[in-house]
Amino acid sequence: MSSEVVSELMREHIVKLIASGKRADGREPEEVRKLTIEKNYIKTAEGSARARLGNTDVLVGVKISTGEPYPDTPNSGVLTTSAELIPMASPTFESGPPRPEAIELARVVDRGIRETKTVDMAKLCIVPGEKVWILFIDIHVLDYDGNLFDASSYGTLSALSCAKLPAKLTGGEDQPLPLDHWPVSVTAAKIRRSIVFDPGLDEERIADARLTVTTDENGDIRAMQKGLSGSFSYDEVRYVISTARRLGNGIREIIRA
Amino acid sequence: MEDIEHIPKEIQLVDDSGRRLDGRALDELRPIRIEAGVLKRADGSAYIEWGDNRVLAAVYGPREAHPRHLQDPARALVQCRYNMAPFSVSDRKRPGPDRRSVEISKVAGEAFAAVVFTEQFPRTSVDIFIEVLQADAGTRCAGITAASVALADAGVPMRDLVASCASGKIAGQVALDLNKEEDNFGDADCPMAVVPRTGEIVLLQMDGHLMEDEFDRAMKLSMNAAMKIYEMQKEALRRRYVVTDAEALLEERGVDT
Repeated sequence: MSSEVVSELMREHIVKLIASGKRADGREPEEVRKLTIEKNYIKTAEGSARARLGNTDVLVGVKISTGEPYPDTPNSGVLTTSAELIPMASPTFESGPPRPEAIELARVVDRGIRETKTVDMAKLCIVPGEKVWILFIDIHVLDYDGNLFDASSYGTLSALSCAKLPAKLTGGEDQPLPLDHWPVSVTAAKIRRSIVFDPGLDEERIADARLTVTTDENGDIRAMQKGLSGSFSYDEVRYVISTARRLGNGIREIIRA
Repeated sequence: MEDIEHIPKEIQLVDDSGRRLDGRALDELRPIRIEAGVLKRADGSAYIEWGDNRVLAAVYGPREAHPRHLQDPARALVQCRYNMAPFSVSDRKRPGPDRRSVEISKVAGEAFAAVVFTEQFPRTSVDIFIEVLQADAGTRCAGITAASVALADAGVPMRDLVASCASGKIAGQVALDLNKEEDNFGDADCPMAVVPRTGEIVLLQMDGHLMEDEFDRAMKLSMNAAMKIYEMQKEALRRRYVVTDAEALLEERGVDT
C-alpha cells in the first residue's frame, strides 16, 4: 500500500523480533491495537463514525438519498462504497483520481458489507422499479499507520449501525437503517515465516503476504482477500481464519456498544 | 451544495433586538476550539471546530517538490489543497476537486506563501492539506486558521500566523461570521485572512452586495475577530508545547515522560 522505504536495520529488527514471537511495538502476535469508535461524528451525514485503530484514523460517512433502482434489480436499494486516500493521511498518498490501492480498499470493505447482507437491500425498496434508498459509503482516511482494511471496515459497520433513513425524503419519521448482520474483518500479515495480526505500518511495509478474513456474528466466513506477492500455506490460512473469528468477537462487541 | 428547500423564504435572520437565529449578536463569533498536533504521520497538524464546522489541517514539508519542473531554485513552493469530504454537506458532494475547491486552494496557498520564509528552502515544497469534515459556512476561514496552526506545529519558519474570518450582510445589517442559513439567505459574504502582527491582509474575497461604509464595518468586525482568533491559535500551540514544572523536573532527572 505504500512505496516508502524501510531501513534495513528496521527491517531486520522487526524480522528478528517476530521470529522470537515479539513485535516492535510490544504487542503479542495475535494482539490487535486499541480500537476506539466515535459514532455520529458528522452531523451532515445520515450515519458516520470515526474509527481509530492504534494511530490509524479513518472517518466514514454514510449519505442516504432516494433514486431509481438499477433496471436489473428493481426491488433493491443501491449501495456504493468509495475510499479516498487523501494526501493528508500519509506522505505517500497523492491527490488525483483513486489509485488501485484506494479501489481495492473500497471493494474489500464493500464486499464484507454486501456479501454478509448486512443491509437487506430488499428492505430499501420504496416503490418497486421506481424509487429506492441509495446509500453512499465514503471512507475518508485521515491518518495512515497501517491496516486500513480493518480500520475502514470497523468504521463502515459503525457508521451503518447508527445511520438513519431520512424522513424528509419520504415523509413520516426518520427510521434507523435496518442491520441484519455484523461482519468484522481481521487482517493478518506474513513476514518471512511468521504471522502477525493487525499489522502496523512498518510491519505492513515489509510484509510478504496479507490476508483479510471477514466473519459474521455466527463465526461464518463472509469474505476474504489475499494481497501482496507472498503466499500462505493451507495450515496458515486455517490458522488465520480461526484467529480472525476469535478476535472478531471482541471487536464486534466494541462496534455494537 | 446547500439544501435550502426546508427553510421558508421569508425567514427573519435578525430579530428586533438584534439577535440572530442562533442567538448571537451581530458582532459575535461562533464558538471556536482549536487543537494542535492531532495526526501522527503529518509533520504538523491541527483540528478546528468553528460552530458546526469541523476541519482538519495537515502540513508536510518542506519536502522535495513534485513534479520536479515546478521546483523553484530560489524558494520553496507553498501548495495548498482544500478538499471537502463527500459527507460534509447535506447533499453528498462528489469526491475530488471541483472548481470551487481549486480556487480556494489557490488563494489559501497564496495567503500562506506571504508568511512562510520560502527563500530558506529552495527547490522544496511546503504542502498544506485542508480537509473539511463537516461544513456550515466559513470553511475556508476555519481551514486557513487551522492550517496556520499546523504550519507552526510542523516547525515551518514563518513571519507570523495567519488568522482568518468572514463578515457579511444579513437582513440589511453587517454581521460577523455567517453560518449556513445566513450565508444562504444573506446579502453578502466577505472572507479575509490577516497577518495579525502587521495587519497585512493576505486573503480577501467578497460576493454579494455591500456599500462602501458597510464594507468598512465588515472589515472592522473581521479584523477584531481575527485578533481574538490569533489568541486562540497561540493558546492551542501553547497547550501543545508548554512544558510544566513537573515535566521539566522529570527531564532534569533523566526520567522518560
